[in-house]
Amino acid sequence: MNVFSAIIEALPYILEGTLVTILLVVGALSLGFCIGVPMAVGQVYAPMPIARLISLYVWFFRGVPVLLLLFLFYYGIFGLIGLEVSTIGASCLVLGMTSAAYQSQIFRGAILSLPAGQLKAGRALGMRDGQSIIHIILPQALRLSIPGWSNEYSILLKDSAMCFALGTPEIMARTHFVASRTYEHLPLYITAGLIYFAITFAGVSMLRRLERKVRIPGYNTSGM
Amino acid sequence: MHTPASETPILRAEHFSKYLGGRKILDDCSICMHPGDVKVLIGPSGAGKSTFLQCINCLLEPDEGEIWLGEKQINVKNSKELCYLRQHVGMIFQDFNLFDHLCAQDNVALALRKVRGMSKQDALKRAKEELARVGLADRASLFPAQLSGGQKQRVAIARALAMDPTVLLLDEPTSALDPELVGEVLTVIRDLASHGMPMIMVTHQMEFARAVATEILFMEQGQVIEHGAPDDLLAPGTISRTQDFCTRLCDLCSGDTGRIEE
Ligand SMILES: Nc1ncnc2c1ncn2[C@@H]1O[C@H](COP(=O)(O)OP(=O)(O)O)[C@@H](O)[C@H]1O
Ligand SMILES: [Mg+2]
Repeated sequence: MNVFSAIIEALPYILEGTLVTILLVVGALSLGFCIGVPMAVGQVYAPMPIARLISLYVWFFRGVPVLLLLFLFYYGIFGLIGLEVSTIGASCLVLGMTSAAYQSQIFRGAILSLPAGQLKAGRALGMRDGQSIIHIILPQALRLSIPGWSNEYSILLKDSAMCFALGTPEIMARTHFVASRTYEHLPLYITAGLIYFAITFAGVSMLRRLERKVRIPGYNTSGM
Repeated sequence: MHTPASETPILRAEHFSKYLGGRKILDDCSICMHPGDVKVLIGPSGAGKSTFLQCINCLLEPDEGEIWLGEKQINVKNSKELCYLRQHVGMIFQDFNLFDHLCAQDNVALALRKVRGMSKQDALKRAKEELARVGLADRASLFPAQLSGGQKQRVAIARALAMDPTVLLLDEPTSALDPELVGEVLTVIRDLASHGMPMIMVTHQMEFARAVATEILFMEQGQVIEHGAPDDLLAPGTISRTQDFCTRLCDLCSGDTGRIEE
């Protein structure tokens, strides 16, 4: 079989997997963001027991391989709590919970890098701490988080290939499926690699643009 | 300037003590403000001046002491009362603490909207008025990073004034400024004083303190060890710790900074 015809024949099938991968990444990043932001705020500002609990969560999800977490939740915990999800749903949840742990640390670092005077100034005006966090701390911290977040995006995208092990029909699983039937391993995996590369590049440059767009006037980001 | 003693003070901080790091940083300090009072806190570095100011609006919770706003004693454990206190006691910081992600007018407008519940439109209108009052009408849409130190401090003053504070606390408002920018900020503060804005101010600008203060309080090692009218404490020939401190301060800077713009 001709190399190119093998690729062309497999391409629609793999591209469909690309959509699944993108769905996984967008879903997991969003979930990670929604959990990660309050976790970061809690770790910095909440009373000791809550901050401890969050640290425990972070410690667990960062300390265990993603592949193990996928198996643990899909075959174990989800069944135990009676949650019936598709492989895509399960992958999304597990990647999202893992990403939350990493994202929370990105946001926490950004919050801690802000001068203490910002919160003080909010308090001195009579704002409640919650208001100060929402209107003063987070808008600044999230801006500072974009470079780290972009990193998390590229790592998560590649972690999503691990979901292949659950049979999630994403890029990796589909490529593997075709390759094992056609024996055109080299061209097919190169194709898959290029697709990952393209998605990484597209996402990172989008975030780069976002970073420039929300830049605070008067600060330069060139680092000079 | 002096009001009859019978009149209720607008703010009283009584017998404040504060421990930090196992040390008693603030030791039984009190201050009482009447309408129009401008009290200047002076003293060596580490005396506890900033700690005292921050206890007054409870950015640091005093370990002992009572705080009264008019006739009402504030229970600082109650978050509603705490916000009420802070809303009525404005604070100006040494390093401005402007919200870096907001332009000048939004810096002023934020608390108007979130604390006083004003509409966006009303808040911006009020913000522009306050900025005009400190001479920054044409800088309203600039961000902190685009302003000079003196302009930042004036925005900070406008932000505090917009809340219609009962008393304004100023912690070395000109210490972080280049010498040529000190004057513009002092001019604004003096203008406020002359309009009867009650203020408690920490400063090393003795010439200025003398001109605007109704009372000077000298702090050392967490205690107010001398207080009185500037003329009593600083008149030539007087023997007081305050006088002594000021002489040393003046020797140090040999009078090259802190000129007040006329
Ligand atoms: N968080 C803290 N922990 C321990 N000591 C502190 C803390 N903050 C301030 N201090 C100490 O309290 C003393 C008074 O500080 P401060 O009120 O800032 O003095 P001033 O404003 O008069 O220069 C200083 O000796 C300082 O080292
Ligand atoms: Mg100080």
